[in-house]
Amino acid sequence: MTLLEARALEVHYGGIRAVRGIDLDVGEGELVCLIGANGAGKSSTLRAICGLVARSGRIRYAGEDIGATPAFELPRKGLVMVPEGRGIFPRLTVEENLAMGAYARTDPGIADDLERQYAMFPRLAERRRQTAGTLSGGEQQMLAIARALMARPRLLLLDEPSMGLAPMLVAKIFDIVREIARQGVTILLVEQNARLALEIAHRGYVMESGAIALSGEARALLADPRVREAYLGEGAG
Amino acid sequence: MDTFVQQLVNGVTLGAVYAVVALGYTMVYGIIQLINFAHGEVVMIGAMVAFTVIPILAAAGLPPVVAVALGAACAVPVCMAVGYAMERLAYRPLRRAPRLAPLITAIGVSIVLQHLAMMIWSRNVLAFPQIIPLVTFSFAGATMTGVQIAIVAICAAMMAGLAWLVYRTRLGRAMRATAQNPQVAALMGVDIDRVIAATFVIGAAMAAVAGVMFGTYYGVAQYTMGSILGLKAFSAAVLGGIGNVPGAMLGGILLGVVEALGAGYIGDLTDLCRWGIGPAERCADGGHFVLFGSNYQDVFAFVVLILVLVFRPSGLLGERVGERA
Ligand SMILES: Nc1ncnc2c1ncn2[C@@H]1O[C@H](COP(=O)(O)OP(=O)(O)OP(=O)(O)O)[C@@H](O)[C@H]1O
Ligand SMILES: [Mg+2]
Repeated sequence: MTLLEARALEVHYGGIRAVRGIDLDVGEGELVCLIGANGAGKSSTLRAICGLVARSGRIRYAGEDIGATPAFELPRKGLVMVPEGRGIFPRLTVEENLAMGAYARTDPGIADDLERQYAMFPRLAERRRQTAGTLSGGEQQMLAIARALMARPRLLLLDEPSMGLAPMLVAKIFDIVREIARQGVTILLVEQNARLALEIAHRGYVMESGAIALSGEARALLADPRVREAYLGEGAG
Repeated sequence: MDTFVQQLVNGVTLGAVYAVVALGYTMVYGIIQLINFAHGEVVMIGAMVAFTVIPILAAAGLPPVVAVALGAACAVPVCMAVGYAMERLAYRPLRRAPRLAPLITAIGVSIVLQHLAMMIWSRNVLAFPQIIPLVTFSFAGATMTGVQIAIVAICAAMMAGLAWLVYRTRLGRAMRATAQNPQVAALMGVDIDRVIAATFVIGAAMAAVAGVMFGTYYGVAQYTMGSILGLKAFSAAVLGGIGNVPGAMLGGILLGVVEALGAGYIGDLTDLCRWGIGPAERCADGGHFVLFGSNYQDVFAFVVLILVLVFRPSGLLGERVGERA
């Protein structure tokens, strides 16, 4: 079943056409990645899905048209985004940041989920009373992911979770993303790190200048000479 | 010494009221970086509403304390409505506009409210009926009236209540999150329009109570009273570090104390005879030649404001927390 379906999605910033009528599908339970060069329009696509920028086209989520739904109503429906640059609240404590993730929830399982995040990210447990602005970049990224999980997402949009992290941490973050997907969360992952993204994804989209240039099975994309040359840093052939 | 303790008591009383008003400035600034110059007018409207209702209730034979409490109970919802309306009608449409636009609008809103009040209540000074019996308590060489004690107690309770709201509740957490990153707060499910409106309404409710207390303390209320009071509370907010909730509380109390001590001593300190440089004919037989009398007390708030802006623009408790991108 298709969980997210975008058709002819367009985003304009003044005169700039950042997203040029793309079609994109994410099936329930899938891990789909969206790769592309800087400025290709990946973040704009995610922001459009979440209603953070003015958009046109059609967006359906869980069988419902969300093209006019304000951003703050999406977490209640299980659509949660970790924005580019993490977007933690620097002057709230780690625990308060996590509590903000569960803001839209009213069910009684919040305390249990908090402990689950601390079990997955022991670093955060040690620093739960510390303000989030004092965390290292990697810790902040963990916090941003843990905070999103506090919302019990059905569809998780991740915008460059590995940005600015050391290789060790990048590998760890990718492990975590794969683990989250295994637990049944559908994921749309935007990444610069094309190889790692394609290695863990089921399917992928390659974005160029606001349009989808290629799409298909992740394995097929990994083997595609155009992808290998442009995104995996290998010579043609 | 007696003057010192007495002025300290007076200063804390006045400062507590400043603090409550300053919280309204600081919360709104914290969340949308707007200096809501109209906030002082909300205080004024609170006082005017109460001063309209209280004499009627007192004439109907209600006990004074009940009459004042009911007066405040009328002022609070009126001010909350005013706070909500100004955010909804004047500031929300300008949220994406350049900073200067809402700032100028705030000045406009303040003028509009002041003139509305003038049309409703006339230019006259409303006098508070002499209904509250004067009870005084003496300690350490100072006297404190029942009204002063009530003001300090009510302000302390309101500040404690606000601190609880901001630091311990879901709404308070959403307010702080919105202040730090409204877009991400929205991604967490926070309806930031509602949170911002709530901030205005809460600030206005406290301003209403402050207006009633201020009016009761001085016994008068007039449509112009909001300007100077608002400016002083704003100075208090800047002194504490604008946008910082504990800062507004500290700034308010400090400003009240500085002002009261200043008023208590400025006459003595600017008495040229005391320093032996006054004109001889005036200083003979223990005479005085005072340059600045206690009527200059309003100056202190602005001297403090200027000193803060020059030497510590981020205020006493201004943000110094480590922040990484
Ligand atoms: N708020 C904005 N105003 C104007 N132009 C914008 C804005 N945001 C993005 N753009 C432009 O839109 C285009 C796409 O930007 P976007 O952030 O979606 O790229 P991206 O694929 O996420 O790039 P990166 O990998 O560097 O994050 C870029 O050319 C960018 O300059
Ligand atoms: Mg991006």
